[in-house]
Amino acid sequence: MAIKVQVPTPMREAAGGNAEVAVAGATVKDALADLVRQYPALGSKLFDGGKVRPYVNIFVNDEDVRYLDDLDTKVTDGVVVALIPAVAGG
Amino acid sequence: MPTDFATGLRCRVCGKLYPKGPTNFCTDDFGPLEVDYDYDAIRANISRDKIARRPKSMWRYGELLPVAGVPSVGPQVGGTPLIRADRLADALGVERLWIKNDAVNFPTLSFKDRVVSVALSKAREFGMRTVGCASTGNLANSVAAQAAQAGLETFILVPADLERAKIFGTAVYGAKVIGCTGTYDEVNRLCTQIALKYGWGFVNVNLRPFYAEGSKTMGYEIAEDLGWRFPQHVVCPMAGGALIGKIHKAFTELTRVGLVDQPVTTKMWGAQAAGCNPISDCVKSGRERHKPVRKPTTICKSLAIGDPADGYFAAKLMRDTGGWAEDVTDEEIVDGMLLLARTEGVFAETAGGTTVSVLRKLLEQGRIPRNEEIVICITGNGLKTQDAVFEAIEEPAVIKPTLAEFEALSGSLTAEPVLA
Ligand SMILES: [Zn+2]
Repeated sequence: MAIKVQVPTPMREAAGGNAEVAVAGATVKDALADLVRQYPALGSKLFDGGKVRPYVNIFVNDEDVRYLDDLDTKVTDGVVVALIPAVAGG
Repeated sequence: MPTDFATGLRCRVCGKLYPKGPTNFCTDDFGPLEVDYDYDAIRANISRDKIARRPKSMWRYGELLPVAGVPSVGPQVGGTPLIRADRLADALGVERLWIKNDAVNFPTLSFKDRVVSVALSKAREFGMRTVGCASTGNLANSVAAQAAQAGLETFILVPADLERAKIFGTAVYGAKVIGCTGTYDEVNRLCTQIALKYGWGFVNVNLRPFYAEGSKTMGYEIAEDLGWRFPQHVVCPMAGGALIGKIHKAFTELTRVGLVDQPVTTKMWGAQAAGCNPISDCVKSGRERHKPVRKPTTICKSLAIGDPADGYFAAKLMRDTGGWAEDVTDEEIVDGMLLLARTEGVFAETAGGTTVSVLRKLLEQGRIPRNEEIVICITGNGLKTQDAVFEAIEEPAVIKPTLAEFEALSGSLTAEPVLA
């Protein structure tokens, strides 16, 4: 088992066509670093100047990381990290 | 018959242009997409006379909307009254006040009919058969009603604890309503995942760039009804934060296409509930980006979006125009609803009460000068949120239907007798 990162449809081309990528790491930050190491084309889509782009939302097991420890949120094997574009309200 | 002058969808972050289609974000940076127009062509094709000859609906400004010809959904939406509100003005101690009253918008009594009319017209143009939305209620009502009119299949996802009148007012049109445990933001995220996977037309997700343009028409109508000019102040409720930006965008477009010959100097003011105030908190604290509110707690459910997607743009707009934001308690929200109903005969939903009480607060703070022109935006009808005011309304006195009992009761009332 590893940490799974779910890649949204518009990013899949840059992720080798994968909807899910297995990564390693102890925090969300590590996990995303491993994702970008495997698929460098994702780097500029997810990050700008080392910071996660404001319209990329990150969820760990369905919980928004902004309510947890943000990029320092701990992850362990079996955890699902989902990348979802921010969406507007009703 | 207006032409479609939209040239494409432009990323609000990097400016990259995309073709018109059911998509809402930039694939480079995930920035939100917005409809882009050929304003020079619009300028050459539009005039006040031309608009005046058209029916009083939002579609009289068709050149500035991303639909060609007659819209296939909601051709009668919009054209709501701008009311000169002298009694409310007296109560608040201001000189010139208007109410833009979308509590009487057709067909479902909220400003959302404007955005849905555009979104579903585009959904049909894109050949979609199934549409849906995540909603705090008003959007659900409007999508359900207008999708029924358009013969589209509808899925509506709402927080399960929504006002009953809003859930009922969605299901009655035959829409499939799914109540989800959790907050609006969680429901909205689910819709994003469904939209990405199934390609259905979610009005506030993949149809969003078109949807959002419908809001501009509130701004066009305000300016036209004032005699093709702008008020000095607009006070607007904020949920996702899009409406306030679109009203201001409408003003700048009217100048750009030559329908108004004055620059836009209107100050934009935003209203939220204290129990869910991410945007007003952002403005007041001087933060650049809002801090999401995880569990909104307010009777004003239609504004209870904890993570407003347009929060950044709304906060920036208020700062740039010289406006400000405020938030009010549930008690003040009810007071605002009653004040509006009892001075102007307008029964607004909780968001309207929020807007009135925020205006009062901004006046008390001295931020809005009392002698300047103010427009407040009422975006939904009080019949949908009656629960919020039940406790504040006195029960009627009950008597036998006899004159003696009536007179015994009315002895304490103050009405003048007509006959001696
Ligand atoms: Zn972009």
